[in-house]
Amino acid sequence: MMNPFTQLDGLVAPLDRANVDTDAIIPKQFLKSIKRSGFGPNAFDEWRYLDVGQPGQDNSQRPLNPDFVLNQPRYQGAQILLTRDNFGCGSSREHAPWALEDFGLRVLIGPSFADIFFNNSFKNGLLPIRLDAAEVDELFLQCEANEGYRLAVDLAAQTVTRPDGKVIHFEVDAFRKECLLNGWDDIGLTLRHEDKIRAFEAQRRAQHPYYFA
Amino acid sequence: MAARTLYEKLWSSHVVHEEADGTALIYIDRHLVHEVTSPQAFEGLKLAGRKPWRVSSIVATADHNTPTDHWERGIEDPVSRQQVETLDANMREIGSLAYFPFRDARQGIVHVIGPENGATLPGMTVVCGDSHTSTHGAFACLAHGIGTSEVEHVMATQCLLQKKSKTLLVRVDGQPGRGVSAKDIVLAIIGKIGTAGGTGYAIEFGGSAIRSLSMEGRMTVCNMAIEAGARAGMIGVDQTTIDYLKGRAFSPKGELWEQAVAYWRTLKSDDDAQFDKVVELDAADIQPQVTWGTSPEMVTTVDGRVPDPATVADPVRREGMERALKYMGLAPNTLITEIAVDQVFIGSCTNSRIEDLREAAAVAKGRKKAANVKRVLVVPGSGLVKRQAEEEGLHEIFMAADFEWREPGCSMCLAMNADRLEPGERCASTSNRNFEGRQGAGGRTHLVSPAMAAAAAVMGHFTDVRQLS
Ligand code: SF4
Repeated sequence: MMNPFTQLDGLVAPLDRANVDTDAIIPKQFLKSIKRSGFGPNAFDEWRYLDVGQPGQDNSQRPLNPDFVLNQPRYQGAQILLTRDNFGCGSSREHAPWALEDFGLRVLIGPSFADIFFNNSFKNGLLPIRLDAAEVDELFLQCEANEGYRLAVDLAAQTVTRPDGKVIHFEVDAFRKECLLNGWDDIGLTLRHEDKIRAFEAQRRAQHPYYFA
Repeated sequence: MAARTLYEKLWSSHVVHEEADGTALIYIDRHLVHEVTSPQAFEGLKLAGRKPWRVSSIVATADHNTPTDHWERGIEDPVSRQQVETLDANMREIGSLAYFPFRDARQGIVHVIGPENGATLPGMTVVCGDSHTSTHGAFACLAHGIGTSEVEHVMATQCLLQKKSKTLLVRVDGQPGRGVSAKDIVLAIIGKIGTAGGTGYAIEFGGSAIRSLSMEGRMTVCNMAIEAGARAGMIGVDQTTIDYLKGRAFSPKGELWEQAVAYWRTLKSDDDAQFDKVVELDAADIQPQVTWGTSPEMVTTVDGRVPDPATVADPVRREGMERALKYMGLAPNTLITEIAVDQVFIGSCTNSRIEDLREAAAVAKGRKKAANVKRVLVVPGSGLVKRQAEEEGLHEIFMAADFEWREPGCSMCLAMNADRLEPGERCASTSNRNFEGRQGAGGRTHLVSPAMAAAAAVMGHFTDVRQLS
């Protein structure tokens, strides 16, 4: 069972870079963990801290990079991240959405996301929202100009509402939306089709035995 | 029947069930497993009390964390060791078609061992918790990199939830020039379409230049489909595919082989199949490539210069370039051939197969590592590649050139083991990603072909390999 997502009224932080890759989101020295949690303090590690992070360190003692936008006091506690094109490119490692979620984010808004990352996000209760580049541009401008900038996200209605009242519609696959709204576990859903899978498998085995050696 | 693309053939032969919005359950034939993305999936399976659906679909190995020297000492980093031991324990418990653990004669990079053992066969769906699973598409497979939740999903159900992609044909026709390899072709493609150019698409690579590549070269091309944003890349079956697979450990034998080959020959796009998008390149225009930035699309030719962000109008792109040049420690307009390197890495699932090592050795032969180059690592993709290279005497050529001949694994492709760059060090690398910190925090990566990497190693700076022969 994953965290359901329905609505959120949250503080917004802007990460004004294109091609933010999974190695930037969570550097590989932290991937050696065999757990799913605890990655948040090392999200964006190389940008966030001035030293080189190692697993098992006390992150509260490390020097923060004052130039990194997410370190600014006004963005502490942000739950919504604005990004540019191709966010999440690179690896298929789910550590990236695990780290973002553990960091406190629930929504990502950008013009495009890398495909596998996009998929992985849904499976972890993290909602990636694709908007037109022009809409995203405006959100960046508004967010940077207004301290305490918040957005209201409603998954059921598929809307992002700005503080000035403008409502922006976004697209999401019906199936993914249902799963996220209800916090459904994909495996449980798939196993409802267990008989169909068995029948498919038996037929494939008969037709193409060389795949079942 | 209407003309169909290879992707459509592979897709439709695996759909088990489809939701109203097009989300489909796709049956998975082969599940490749490694130590980094599987522990949480095995744990999830156990916690939910679920059994793996078909263990004979699983082929596993340890590759990302394993050291590439002093194997007799085991894995010294305790965190890496725990991850590898967790895989050992999980494989012991659930079983598999094959498991090649640390130090096994057939251990290696997951995308190298699948094909070389005939565990990757045309017409299969192949998944692995690793984005470079696109490599296997070289065999006309539908091969997807998946996340850990999906690894667990495939283990429990033998299916993957997917939506059908759009199709993109990248056609490369003509004869590539001397010194131009599969790596240069795929870097040129990414330079042209961009790292998001394939997002939402399954790419099929076609055209006479692709057809004339060996299976090793085709794997290099499909390997980097993901760097163009596509989850899957693929190439249709031809005689080259079939010849490669004959006699491999898990390839079908006897009558089954004949039956399989008859089916495999149908696994190519029909002549008049329609693609959603087509991109064309002329192989004759492709030169040896070198990346200059922190994304594979930031690439130019070896005779080119580092671009000048001041000439770029789009502010997001310009700032991205400025940031990349700052990270890379490069000034605009620098000649690529004036860039000196500190380390060279020849390896990774992109370029660690026998043919790659032969190309590097041909350049290294009779030459020596330049004095300013601290280290040249040659890391074969698998134990089998290593053995073959040693039978051909390639290791002697490398060692005579003062290159280090290592044990197989991912090594400095992602620097999860001890092989890594120090902050500020510059590397000519045959791997697939030049992201910030990819080969070690603060390390600077330039992606090149194996021959170009060897040329940089012996000259000390990027050099047009065509001038060395
Ligand atoms: S060689 Fe590099 S890209 Fe390939 S599987 Fe290993 S880490 Fe990933």
